[in-house]
Amino acid sequence: MGTIYIDGEAREANDKQNLLHACLSLGLDLPYFCWHPAMGSVGACRQCAVKQFKDENDTRGKLVMACMTPATPNARISIRDPEAVAFRAAIIEGMMLNHPHDCPVCDEGGECHLQDMTVMTGHDYRRTRFPKRTFHDQYLGPFVYHQMNRCIQCYRCVRFYRNYAGGHDLNSFDIRNTVFFGREKDGVLESEFAGNLVEVCPTGVFTDRTLRQHYTRKWDLRMAPSICGHCSLGCNITMGERYGVLRRVVNRFNSEVNGYFLCDRGRYGYEYVNSKERIRDAMLDGKRISGDEAEQQLQTMISGGKRLIGIGSPRASLESNFALQRLVGKENFFAGVALGEWEALTAAVDALRTTPARIASLHDVEESDTVLILGEDVSNSAPRMALSLRQATRQQSFEAAAKLRIPLWMDDAVREVAQDQRSPLFLAATGATRLDDIAAKLYRAAPDDIARLGFAIAHEIHSSAPEVPGLSNEILEAARTIAVVLKSAKHPVVISGTSSRSIPLIQAAANVARALCDSGLRASLSLVAPECNGVGLALMGARPPQEMFDSAKDATVIVLENDLYRRFLRSAVDDLFGSAERTIVLDHLANETTARANLLLPATTIAESDGTLVSSEGRAQRFFQIFPPQPELRESWRWLRDHAWTSLDDVLKAMADEALQLAPVIKAAPQESFRIAGAKVPREPHRYSGRTAKTANISVVEPKPPADPDSALSYTMEGAHVQPPAALQPFFWSPGWNSIQAVNKFQSEIGDALRGGDPGVRLFESSSGGSYFNAIPAPFTPRKSEWLLVPAQHIFGSEELSSHAPGIAELAPDPYLAMNAAGAAKLQLEASSEVEINLGGTAYRLPLQIAPELPDGVAAIPDGLTPARGAELPAWTAIRRAQ
Amino acid sequence: MLSILRTMWNVLLHTFHKRVTIQYPEQKPYLTPRTRGRIILSRDPDGGERCVACYLCAVVCPVDCIALQATQDENERRFPEFFRINFSRCIFCGLCEDACPTYAIQLTPDFEMSEFNRENLVYEKEDLLIDGPGKYPGYNFWRVSGVQVGGKGKGESENEQPPTDVRRLLP
Repeated sequence: MGTIYIDGEAREANDKQNLLHACLSLGLDLPYFCWHPAMGSVGACRQCAVKQFKDENDTRGKLVMACMTPATPNARISIRDPEAVAFRAAIIEGMMLNHPHDCPVCDEGGECHLQDMTVMTGHDYRRTRFPKRTFHDQYLGPFVYHQMNRCIQCYRCVRFYRNYAGGHDLNSFDIRNTVFFGREKDGVLESEFAGNLVEVCPTGVFTDRTLRQHYTRKWDLRMAPSICGHCSLGCNITMGERYGVLRRVVNRFNSEVNGYFLCDRGRYGYEYVNSKERIRDAMLDGKRISGDEAEQQLQTMISGGKRLIGIGSPRASLESNFALQRLVGKENFFAGVALGEWEALTAAVDALRTTPARIASLHDVEESDTVLILGEDVSNSAPRMALSLRQATRQQSFEAAAKLRIPLWMDDAVREVAQDQRSPLFLAATGATRLDDIAAKLYRAAPDDIARLGFAIAHEIHSSAPEVPGLSNEILEAARTIAVVLKSAKHPVVISGTSSRSIPLIQAAANVARALCDSGLRASLSLVAPECNGVGLALMGARPPQEMFDSAKDATVIVLENDLYRRFLRSAVDDLFGSAERTIVLDHLANETTARANLLLPATTIAESDGTLVSSEGRAQRFFQIFPPQPELRESWRWLRDHAWTSLDDVLKAMADEALQLAPVIKAAPQESFRIAGAKVPREPHRYSGRTAKTANISVVEPKPPADPDSALSYTMEGAHVQPPAALQPFFWSPGWNSIQAVNKFQSEIGDALRGGDPGVRLFESSSGGSYFNAIPAPFTPRKSEWLLVPAQHIFGSEELSSHAPGIAELAPDPYLAMNAAGAAKLQLEASSEVEINLGGTAYRLPLQIAPELPDGVAAIPDGLTPARGAELPAWTAIRRAQ
Repeated sequence: MLSILRTMWNVLLHTFHKRVTIQYPEQKPYLTPRTRGRIILSRDPDGGERCVACYLCAVVCPVDCIALQATQDENERRFPEFFRINFSRCIFCGLCEDACPTYAIQLTPDFEMSEFNRENLVYEKEDLLIDGPGKYPGYNFWRVSGVQVGGKGKGESENEQPPTDVRRLLP
């Protein structure tokens, strides 16, 4: 830190940063476009000009770009200097020369950074008479809507898309005032982070196409903090609702987790909440009944003296799972997770709780200088982590830049220094992944062989790790090279996960992390878990799923937010329901399991619920109701609650009393009794409109706003409009800053944690106990007439809920079976010919795809996307041409 | 005593003054075209709905009595799916007309909208929409805006150059 003088006033500023960063961190308003806190400065837009003076005697000074000038101690600048003010106004006027008269029909309007900056500089009247330049627009897929006329050529989009997210198909074309940002031709944007363009673009060139289908301005949205439910990373999001319809998802900054960006599954998967498949009424044996009747029926059914069996869910909140566990008793509460997946998950949680390594948050992953990925396709199973990994590979170039004394915020210069230099990322995977292009070394093998490589690396790093018998020279050599590089790293990170359902993989990753720690390195470990609350369910101490099939006989089975047909063999589930006395199902989307229910209870989605999810790093984070559900809908924990509980806080208290390891969950967010100046935190912005008209068609009498017994958020626009604790931050808005970039005003320093600390609590940290895992698998040997069928993850389609969103469904691949060309040749099959496989006694037909990356003897089918989705994978199966 | 007599004298004098009040409703007063009465939604000179559902009237309304929902037709032309004004709350301040960027919402000199039932004061789009352009005959927002909309391609709005060709090789 050093002292700088802004308009004659001495202020403290971070001397490792630039003047724009310093000014914004101090809460001063200085307009900018091309600079982005996560992407640094390039000085392209010339908007943040300030006057800099040599010393206190200098009165003339010179104009400098604040984003390109370091905040060196004793720097003297003026934001208010008339020349600087006039310069900034002139720049805006220049940008507005060609800006179309679109604001009324532009979806960015009301949260537009260009609008904010134009107002900030005072440019309010158009003086030019010349015709405006125009562009043709492109179709960019179901998520991003393109209107190129609005562009101000700040280059943020291509800098994000190409430099930050590693995409290739968006570029700048042409020259001078006709620079065009788009694809070479119309088509779906390839990057799985393309949705961030909506927030990165300071104006309306890239807008949210799903929002356009049900457009509402930001000021009209009822918003609340939520957690993404589409993978295990627990990215923080803000959802917005109007007229009972969920309108959109935007990023909610959390410096430890998602930072400024989300993946497209998280941003656009929300539409399942508005799906026609939603269950809106309670049903008793196919007949619609009222909520109160359903409540009574439930009471009779569970108090009938029959044994109760509860089947929990990795996509339901901790509270809902706990309420069910409490209702049926610990010994009757089973994890509703596929057998192999459950074993991998418990192994992962076990590994995380005993590892001496730091459990990596996404921020830790980003700061790691060497990466080892063992068998997890993170771009598809936990996509946001892939974006962090792309930043991690820049760490080495940061050192090179530091040697040349180039500050890290000087983005273009740092990239110029880096050229193609990347920090080592070692990637071992069964098939092709979207990170292959940044991998220093690629290793393709079956999961067991990848695990063996991992065990071998651990042994090479530290001799106390178990040795792998019978290693080929080639793998030993690879393990040695990787071990040497890992040992020379400062902050290595090891990543694996449960999506291959392989316990050895997870244990190998844990061994590498332990070996690194034993060698005195500050290593971290990250294990991707299934679904949004898999880790939470594992921490609850649910009984393994295989035992539920035997114990369900003549019992009342309660299924919590879970489509068992997706996870278990059809015949097994049919038997389970057939042998059970009665079935009670709670869910929000109709599926095959809900069709089997005797009593179907309509549950709420994340958007209409309060609860807690535990992310794969063990971070418990609270999500809040965005809007009150329809009267018949209730949160699952509310349906199943103990009658002593009246609110979420009661559930949390009971949970903390019962399960010690879950006790910190209470601290994930302030309790209901939290007040600021005696008032709750409003979910609605102060300019929320239509209060006296929106329900006037039903009744002209305005209804009382709904009460919220579960959280410190209110359903009105009244309340203290000051910064609440980060976990309760319903949206980012600050006077003069209507766009998402208002987040600047809520951070302790730009890019740093939200004031008062980021939301969420970690349930476990690295421990000192534990030991190396010894169960080293035998090498994978291809079989003569059988293939090892492994699940392949897909960002669009593999996750159950998001695949109900039309845009995601459009991008999901068709079912397929993939194998390499040698395998296909052996079977005399060619691409797209029908093949037949047999899983769990059922034959399935799938079109063949040739995937050259797959190792011999291994075939892959997309997870959750084929008719065979209930079958246990990986499995050995014969593959033959379909007759 | 004296003041009472003076008052009575004044009252008597007023009997011979010219009347200020008129016999409404038999006699109608003259109201200028800018009088702020019943709100209407107008159409552009081509007969299309002028409202582009930008929500500016709704947000500026001090009593929050306007509610609408935007949607678009197959030509990407945006219009309100529903547009509702609760006249039982309206204070006829005219801010919505000021805020409207397309001259769609206008206040008219008609103020005779008493009802026995408050429900009848809730006007939907079909009650609000008139057939003409109202006070501003010439203006059509879509001819000025830069977006592509049915029958008008990019670069065909007023004061626009034709769209650039990204593939041309000239500097």
